[in-house]
Amino acid sequence: MSAPTETRSGVRSEATFLAAGAETLRNGYVLTGRNMRHVARIPGRITTGLVQPIMFVVLFAFVFGGSLGGEDYRRFLMAGIFAQSMVFNASFTTVGLANDLQKGIVERFRSLPMSPLAVILGRTTSDMVVGVATLVVTALCGLLVGWRVEGSLGDAVLAFGVLVLFGFAMSWVGATVGVFARTVEVAQSAGLIWLFPLSLISTAFVSAENMPTPLREFAAWNPVSAVATSVRDLLGNPTPASLPQPDTWSLQHPTLYAVLSSLAVLAVFMPLVLARYRRLTRG
Amino acid sequence: MAEPLTAPARPALRATGLRKRFGDHQVLDGVDLEVAPGSVHALLGPNGAGKTTTVRIVCGLLRADEGRAEIAGHDVVAHSRAARGALGLSGQYAAVDEHLTGFENLHLLGRLYGMSRKRAAARADELLERFRLDDVAGRRSGLYSGGMRRRLDLAGALVARPQVVVLDEPTTGLDPRSRLDMWAVIEDLLVDGVAVLLTTQYLEEADRLADLITVIDRGVVIARGSAEELKERVQGATLALQVRDGSGLDPAARALEAVGVGTPSVDHRTGRASVSTDRGPEVMADLLAHLSRDEVELVDLGLHRSSLDDVFLALTGHGAEAPKDEEETG
Repeated sequence: MSAPTETRSGVRSEATFLAAGAETLRNGYVLTGRNMRHVARIPGRITTGLVQPIMFVVLFAFVFGGSLGGEDYRRFLMAGIFAQSMVFNASFTTVGLANDLQKGIVERFRSLPMSPLAVILGRTTSDMVVGVATLVVTALCGLLVGWRVEGSLGDAVLAFGVLVLFGFAMSWVGATVGVFARTVEVAQSAGLIWLFPLSLISTAFVSAENMPTPLREFAAWNPVSAVATSVRDLLGNPTPASLPQPDTWSLQHPTLYAVLSSLAVLAVFMPLVLARYRRLTRG
Repeated sequence: MAEPLTAPARPALRATGLRKRFGDHQVLDGVDLEVAPGSVHALLGPNGAGKTTTVRIVCGLLRADEGRAEIAGHDVVAHSRAARGALGLSGQYAAVDEHLTGFENLHLLGRLYGMSRKRAAARADELLERFRLDDVAGRRSGLYSGGMRRRLDLAGALVARPQVVVLDEPTTGLDPRSRLDMWAVIEDLLVDGVAVLLTTQYLEEADRLADLITVIDRGVVIARGSAEELKERVQGATLALQVRDGSGLDPAARALEAVGVGTPSVDHRTGRASVSTDRGPEVMADLLAHLSRDEVELVDLGLHRSSLDDVFLALTGHGAEAPKDEEETG
C-alpha cells in the first residue's frame, strides 16, 4: 500500500528510517513536556529532587567532613555528591515509568502510530532535565560549604557534560528496573536498593585503599568512581593526600572511562528496556 | 477540517479467523468481524468470552495466533502504523493522564499524532466543546467524574479523526445518567461516517446502539444479526414465573414445558423459570390450570416480548453476566 506522507487526518503514515528517527525524537520531546508538567504537579516530586542533594551535601560535609579533613574534604567531596546525585536521579525514572505502566495511559500511547522508544525517551529526557536542576542546587550548596570551581570554564562545562551523560545512562538503568517491576510499590523499593552499593562502593567519598579486595576492585572499575574522579580533575578540586586513588587504567583516564562506560550502559540497557516494554504492553 | 468522506466499498474494519490461545486456554477460536463505515457493530458476550482479546488483536495491541485484521485496508500487523493512524481506541478503563487538564490531554495526543501546536489546540478545543467538557477544560482530569473521564477518553480516541473507533466496554461502571450521556455521544459519532466497534456486556446497550450484533461466548461467534433478528430467534414471547418455595419449581418447570416451546430455563437460586412461547396471553390460562392441579404457589407470572437477555440465555445457556471471572483473560 503506497501511503502518502500526510493523510486526511494529519497522521503521518509510512516514513523512511530517518524520518522515523526524527519523529521519535519529536515525540520524545512532546512527552518530555508532558513529564515536566507531572514534575511540577505531583506533590513532593520537586522537593525530593532538590532537597535530596542539599541533604547529601550537609550530611557528608559535616558528618564525615569533620573527621576526614574539614575544608579540604569538602572541596574533594562535591564531585562525589554530583556523581551520586546522578545515580539517585535514576529512581525517578523507575517510579515514573512504573506509574505510567500501571495506568491506562500507556495503552493509549500504544494505540498511537508512535514508536515505543519515544515513551521511554520522553521519560529519561525529562529526568535528565530534573537531573540538571539537581546539579545546580547541589553546586549552590557546595559553594556555601566552601567548594569552588578551581579549573577553567571549558573544563567545568566538560565536567557537567560528563555528569549529564552519566545521569542519562543511569536513567536507562532506572527505566529497566521500572519495566521489570510489576507494581509501583515494587518499583519504589527496587528502584532505590541498587543505588546505595553503586554509589557507595566507589571512590566518590573515600579512598578504596582500606576496602576488602573485591570491593576495592569494584570501586576501581565502578563508573561512579570514574565520574567523580573525572569531575574532580576537570574542576581542579584536589584530592587530599590521605585519600589516594587506585592506579587502575579506569582512574588514570577517568573522563574517557566515564564517557565510555556511560555509552556502554546505554548500549546494554536501551535495547533491554525496549524489548521488555514491547513484551509488557503486548499483553 | 474534515473533507467529505467517499464511502469505500470495503468495510472499515475487518477481522478474519482470529484465534488466540493463552497457555492451554483457547480464548478465541475463529472469530470473524466486519464493520461498515457509519455503523455500529456490537460485540456482545459475558466476561471471559473473548471480547477484549478480540479488541486488542484488532487494534494491533496483541498478536493473534492465527487470522488477520485490517483497519481501513491496512493490515494491523504488517502495516501497523498506517492502521493505527486510522484507528481511535477507547479502552475499558479511561486512559487519561490525571495530572494533565482535559485540554492538555487532548493537546498531547494531537501533538503525538503529528499535529502542530496550533492545530492540536484547535482540535482539542473543538472536541472539548463537542463532549461538553469545555467548562472543565482547564481542570486536571484526575478531578473529573467517571462519566467525564470516559468522555475525555473517547474524545482522545477521536483526535486524529479516525475512520474506525473501537470502544471497549465504554459504559462499564458508569451510573445510569452518565451511561445515557455516553450513548448520545456514540450515536453522534456516526454522523461523521465513523465505523464503530463496541464491546459490551449490557444487552440494552447493544440493543440501543448497534446496527449489527455479534454474540460471542467462549471465543466462538454463536449468533449474529440485528437486535430484531436476534430477538426473533427466540420465538415470540417469554413466559416467566417465580414460585413461592423451591419444591414448586420442578412441577412449575414441567408445566412450562407442557405449554411452551422448547426446554424451560430454570434458576434454582431465585425460584424463577421461563420458557419461550409462540402463543398469545391465553397460554397463561393453560399454565395456571397446570399449576393449580399441582398446587404450585406463584409469586409472579408474566408474558413478555423476548428481550436480548432472553436471546442470550437461549443462545448460551447462561445469562449475560453469569460467569463473573473478574480478571478477564484478555
